[in-house]
Amino acid sequence: MKDDSLGSLAWQFALLSLMAYGGANAVMPEIHRQAVDVHSWTTERQFTDFFALSQAAPGPNVLIVTLLGWQAAGLPGALVATLAMCGPSSLLAFGAARLWERFREARWRRVVQLGVVPVTVGLIGASAFVLARLADTSVALTGITLGTAALAHWTKIHPLWAIGAAAVAGALGWV
Amino acid sequence: MLPRMSAEPEPVSNPPSLGAIYAGFFLIGICGFGGVLPWARWLLVQRRRWMTPDDFNDLLALCSFLPGPNIVNLSVAFGARHHGMLGSAAAFFGLMGAPFCIVLGLASLYAHFGSSPVLQRSCDAVAAAAAGLFLSLAVKTAAPLFQRRSLVGYAFAALAFVAVGVLRLPLPYVMLTLAPLSILAAHFLEP
Repeated sequence: MKDDSLGSLAWQFALLSLMAYGGANAVMPEIHRQAVDVHSWTTERQFTDFFALSQAAPGPNVLIVTLLGWQAAGLPGALVATLAMCGPSSLLAFGAARLWERFREARWRRVVQLGVVPVTVGLIGASAFVLARLADTSVALTGITLGTAALAHWTKIHPLWAIGAAAVAGALGWV
Repeated sequence: MLPRMSAEPEPVSNPPSLGAIYAGFFLIGICGFGGVLPWARWLLVQRRRWMTPDDFNDLLALCSFLPGPNIVNLSVAFGARHHGMLGSAAAFFGLMGAPFCIVLGLASLYAHFGSSPVLQRSCDAVAAAAAGLFLSLAVKTAAPLFQRRSLVGYAFAALAFVAVGVLRLPLPYVMLTLAPLSILAAHFLEP
């Protein structure tokens, strides 16, 4: 039974790895379908909690996969799921990075770069906008967002201080 | 002229060692509350000065157009640049090691204590601060674009922003539509 779930964890997440354009959030609906409907690794409620936990923890949000693996098959499951979700896309990134370096001076590479960078910049702006809209449900929370942005932009203060201060302010009920 | 912007330091010339790459990405991973990317830029460009702002945008652009989490791709690509396969492994395990343990620890705690309102409010505030870090990242990654002063560049950045940020169109379709058009425009307009 356990071997079976390790095998299906590896297979499912390795497949999803190569479909995850734009990161784990892009394939979240499919991850949900696999975890809840197809394999019953978690209940609906657990899945929602895992999603929140993976957002709250430091690190990439791909960590939801770690939690699903853990739920399905313990620590080996967590390891297998995480490596399967990151492995295939990482191998692709490795190959692409080597190719990118080799053609550093080529014109086509410069053209691709000139074309792709503005789109990436726009997408980062979009992420910031969407995250701020989701997070800033009150005036105080909006203030925290703008204050942190200003601090990170104009000072050399370690940004972790802003995160820590926000955590304390939240716990004390100031927001 | 650039708008008022904290000056970005010059990059250092000697490449980081394997240990330094592991330690650097370890720090990125463990700091990365509510999104890892702002921390990656903070460390790679500002703190350790392993990359220029342009360099960072370039590698990030490559990594965003590959499947998989772009921060994981970035760690692999950055490691590969300096130490090949070993460099990629050092960066990857540096990035993922601590968050892997922390998220499992959190899940165990959560299973015991459940959600408390204090914890919930604290998480909300952290999410707001993390959004602020992303806002600052957006301004910083846009800076090299403003230096180049290409109207076409502005247009494609604005299109991508509106499509994903405002209209909430699915990311893969937006990328697969805008990137080829933008590359084509660069091909015809750039010398």
